[in-house]
Amino acid sequence: MVDTVKIETNGLNIWFGDVHALKSLNIKVIKNEILGIIGPANSGKTSFLRSLNRLNDLNPKAKLEGSVYLDGIDIYKNDVDVGNLRKRVGMVFALPVPLPLSIFDNIVYGPRRYGINNRRILSEIAKEALMAAYLWDEVKDRLNQPAMKLSGGQQQRLCIARSLAVEPEVILFDEPCSGLDPISTAKVEEAMMELKKKYTIILVTNNTKQAARVGDRTAFFLMGELIEIDKTDKIFTSPSDERTEGYISGRFG
Amino acid sequence: MNYRTTQRIAFSFLFLANLLVIIPAVLIIVIIIKNGIGAISWEFLTSAPRMGMREGGIFPAIVGTLYLAVGSIVFAGPIGVLAAVYMNEYTKENWLARLIRLAIINLAGVPSVIYGLFGLALFVIFLRFGTSILAGTLTLGIMSLPLIITTTREALATVPQSFREVSLSLGASKWQTIRYVVLPNAIPGILTGNILEFARSAGETAPILFTVAAFYLPRLPKSVFDQAMALPYHLYVISTQVPNVKLEIRYGTALVLVSLVLSLNLVAIIVRSHFRRKKKW
Repeated sequence: MVDTVKIETNGLNIWFGDVHALKSLNIKVIKNEILGIIGPANSGKTSFLRSLNRLNDLNPKAKLEGSVYLDGIDIYKNDVDVGNLRKRVGMVFALPVPLPLSIFDNIVYGPRRYGINNRRILSEIAKEALMAAYLWDEVKDRLNQPAMKLSGGQQQRLCIARSLAVEPEVILFDEPCSGLDPISTAKVEEAMMELKKKYTIILVTNNTKQAARVGDRTAFFLMGELIEIDKTDKIFTSPSDERTEGYISGRFG
Repeated sequence: MNYRTTQRIAFSFLFLANLLVIIPAVLIIVIIIKNGIGAISWEFLTSAPRMGMREGGIFPAIVGTLYLAVGSIVFAGPIGVLAAVYMNEYTKENWLARLIRLAIINLAGVPSVIYGLFGLALFVIFLRFGTSILAGTLTLGIMSLPLIITTTREALATVPQSFREVSLSLGASKWQTIRYVVLPNAIPGILTGNILEFARSAGETAPILFTVAAFYLPRLPKSVFDQAMALPYHLYVISTQVPNVKLEIRYGTALVLVSLVLSLNLVAIIVRSHFRRKKKW
């Protein structure tokens, strides 16, 4: 199989006010891979992630230069439909954010906004999404209960299911397990491994071991720069840059 | 003096301050009830004043007050809420936004009699609505706008930013995000602000003085271009302008007005606590 490039950035720079958060980033994300991104705080990981679904646009101080290509098309061109872009590039946030609605209404929030109102279709979407996120068995009997009542780990899988319900092509995970216990983390990772068959996944994580466990390739960011990107095995056994080695062996960060 | 004594003295002062807040409120209500309860009867509430307002009831004033309060909130509620949504969700933080916000804060501080004069000049005279319910409700509405906008903006600001991000990240448009995530979660605060302004409109005298209030109109108004009696102004009239009105009638009128305003405030409190219990984040 030939590797297809799903996302590519070209000289991507991001500033927040005076802070240069991301410096001339050139990176390629391959279709159906899990790309792990590691690096210490303020290394530009999240800024990079949020530039891929144009969520940085919400920050009035954010300024962006360079290009981001999704399937070869620059997503920062003027005629790009941002809503459609965000539908194709889903996101799971660091802390689970269930909307104050029922489990069911959370899952079908996206589809409803695209005008799907048929209850039967929505039920199918919800079931499929919840199954893919390994949550169906735990909630199938209480879909109408408030999503806020779920445990933290369940909430995060709910958020994954909610992203899946809009049938994205890429899913961005922004430290999705930072607030979870090890068992919930394992479940989320299990879901991710299954998801990469259908989706392209970018996983930002502060937990280097997590990147080692699930990532096909791993990228190391430092101070807004991409230091190194390679096969996960290579990064964790014989990184070419000594800063990478320093970080993963715990000398700093 | 050791720290325990200091603490005790501080606590006493804090307690005293609270007591001083409560005492006038209780006294006002007790005095009004004590002097006015005797006047309250079905007839007092449902009939028009007679004998130069020295006898009879206050029905036209009650109806007039309701018309004015309802009219002002119907006018100011939607405009205020929409303006607040625009300011909070759409405008970028720049000098114009800051200027508008400053203007609103200042508007909230303008004495109500100034609104009365403004209403007289604009609605009664310039737009030729005459002394009418329309002019009065618009004047009260404009007076209500700053606080409705401020409370609505506060309510919108309490909706976590992460909710907006989630909605947008799922591909929803900005308007859909406001419609389905922001507004539903801000409704309690928005309602509270609106109800409180509704109650204030019912109790204000100065803005209606020149714009709508009839000295004596023992019938119900026929259209929005008609004058109307209103409780606060009626109370002023029978207390200062008409000699020999029985104390009981004056306090009875005051009791009705206070009950009306307080029960509206109570509704606002109930709405708020009801939604707060339902709030799930």
